[in-house]
Amino acid sequence: MAKVEQKGTLSKSDLREFFREMLLIRRFEEKVEERFRAGELPGFLHVAIGQEAVAVGVCRALEEGDIIASTHRAHGHTLAKGTTPNELMAELYGKMEGCSHGYGGSMHLYDIERGNMGANAVVGGGLPAITGAALSFKLRGEPRVGVAFFGDGATNIGTFHESLNLAQLWQVPAVFVCENNHWAESTPSWQHMPIEDISQRAVAYGMKAVKVDGQDVEAVYKAARRALEHARGGKGPVFLAVNTFRLVGHYIGDPQVYRSKEELEETRATQDPIEHLRTKLEMSADEVEEIDSEVKEIVEGAVEFAKNGTDPKPEDALKNIYA
Amino acid sequence: MPELSYREAVRDALSRAMRDDEDVFIMGEDIAEMGGSMGVTQGLVDEFGPERVRNTPISEMALAGAAIGAAMQGMRPVAEIMYEDFLTLATEQIVNQAAKHRYMSGGQVTVPVTFRTQGGAGWSPGAQHAQQLESWFVHIPGLKVVFASTPTDVRGLLWSSIYDDNPVVFFEHRTLYGIKEDVPDELEPIPLGQARTHRRGEDVTVIATGRLVHEALAAANEAEQEGISVEVVDPRTLLPLDEEALISSVKKTNRCVVAHEAVVRGGFGAEVAAVIQYSAFDWLDAPIERVGAKFSPLPFAPVMEEFVVPHAGDVLNAIRRTVGRTDGN
Repeated sequence: MAKVEQKGTLSKSDLREFFREMLLIRRFEEKVEERFRAGELPGFLHVAIGQEAVAVGVCRALEEGDIIASTHRAHGHTLAKGTTPNELMAELYGKMEGCSHGYGGSMHLYDIERGNMGANAVVGGGLPAITGAALSFKLRGEPRVGVAFFGDGATNIGTFHESLNLAQLWQVPAVFVCENNHWAESTPSWQHMPIEDISQRAVAYGMKAVKVDGQDVEAVYKAARRALEHARGGKGPVFLAVNTFRLVGHYIGDPQVYRSKEELEETRATQDPIEHLRTKLEMSADEVEEIDSEVKEIVEGAVEFAKNGTDPKPEDALKNIYA
Repeated sequence: MPELSYREAVRDALSRAMRDDEDVFIMGEDIAEMGGSMGVTQGLVDEFGPERVRNTPISEMALAGAAIGAAMQGMRPVAEIMYEDFLTLATEQIVNQAAKHRYMSGGQVTVPVTFRTQGGAGWSPGAQHAQQLESWFVHIPGLKVVFASTPTDVRGLLWSSIYDDNPVVFFEHRTLYGIKEDVPDELEPIPLGQARTHRRGEDVTVIATGRLVHEALAAANEAEQEGISVEVVDPRTLLPLDEEALISSVKKTNRCVVAHEAVVRGGFGAEVAAVIQYSAFDWLDAPIERVGAKFSPLPFAPVMEEFVVPHAGDVLNAIRRTVGRTDGN
């Protein structure tokens, strides 16, 4: 996926590229859901439909050498960070060609070479490591930034508070991207957080906090650029409070008994980031159709690639435990 | 040959590694100006500065996790967890993160981090500042676990732990910090996974860790007076375990006592006993004896603490039982 030429500004063609990538992630996850329901994918899966603009906006703003840590809802981040759809799909099928070679699965997607330090199935689990990775960049004088993705639910766990405190105290080059989709699994924000403005949590640690509309990829990109520049420039970490929406359940198959049908329909109708960008770019149906069929073909190809992948041998389970 | 205390030996390994290698740095609570709650890191901030001798907030999750993140970037951090009891706070990071990143990534990354910690009873700290939790970590694939009992060992093993490409949980024993020993001028790395035979004997093998190595040696001297020849072996690395050394010793003596300060139930000695009985069953002339703390949190009052944790007398009694003698006869 081509990098945006001029990092500070976005041309229409940049945004069309963002659109393509967001649509690719959407179609990828829809395919994942379909194949999971068909019984082809082991384990269980969380998709981030509705949150594509966060993954693309942030990852497009990164420079070579920057790293991310992701969450259990990691497909979008992983694709946006450069892992190919083939490698990601192969991982979901448990194949050796997968980005974690069949050892990780959906919640443990790694691509170290491309700067993905791993998705984490423990909520908040990756925040301390990003703080430490950023510390290592600082100690070595490398102009790199560590980016942690996490949700609003993670802001209640100790690792979040300890990491933000430590990162700000040590002024490490890190950006904490809080994808506030207003749900911690099935629990709404108002039931898990006594405050409305999540950025206050970062402010409490003296950290620069920026609020951004997570359904507007251009806004996310620009906010991420500024945050990354701030961190890279040695001015300390930044907290990005990204307001976003999960247009699906917590996991594939989640009946969402905790969510009203009206709210869900209303949110879907008004908060689709891909639809927003399409409108903004005034794209014709034909234009969209052309991109759509292209990305669908990529996704179909990924399924084929994955199905034809190599199964690990059972005894491979005993490899890679120690270096 | 210089004489070093166990404390100085730990410090020596840390400072030599930091002198040799910019990638090594240490972090923990009160480790800089104060020199650590046990005085282990005294003076290091003067030599290496606050960037490499980092005082942290009281945040075990973050300091353990930050060490993991730096290690994943190729540095070799040594994180000090002030008391073993506080490992409980860092356990998510050690067990779910450090131990598994390599595995979950299919071998893409190494996590060369060392978690130093210390514990041990004998000074009435009560139930939250002295327990011995090493067996918890021996249960975790992906970790290495070290428990050193002498100045020479602690120095050589810490060096090897820092330079191991895997996460190592490194246990020190509080009551050993003051013991002294002549050590070689040059630091000799001790490979992880290699046991040490402290004393040769013919009748009984005592496999002991940490403080109990010294209690076992005292018990062995007593037993000698009674005509029982005791071999004392310290595995030093609990994971990976030098099974061969332990098995061959027991095949020679035909009797085995395992001894540690931790609670007996589910303790490291249970694993050792299982290994021995499986591999040396036909050689055993007596049931394997286990020596450890009674099944109790550590009490405060000295008389109760003394009662709960094992001493040389407990090891001696176990030795006697393996040769069919009753206690005290």
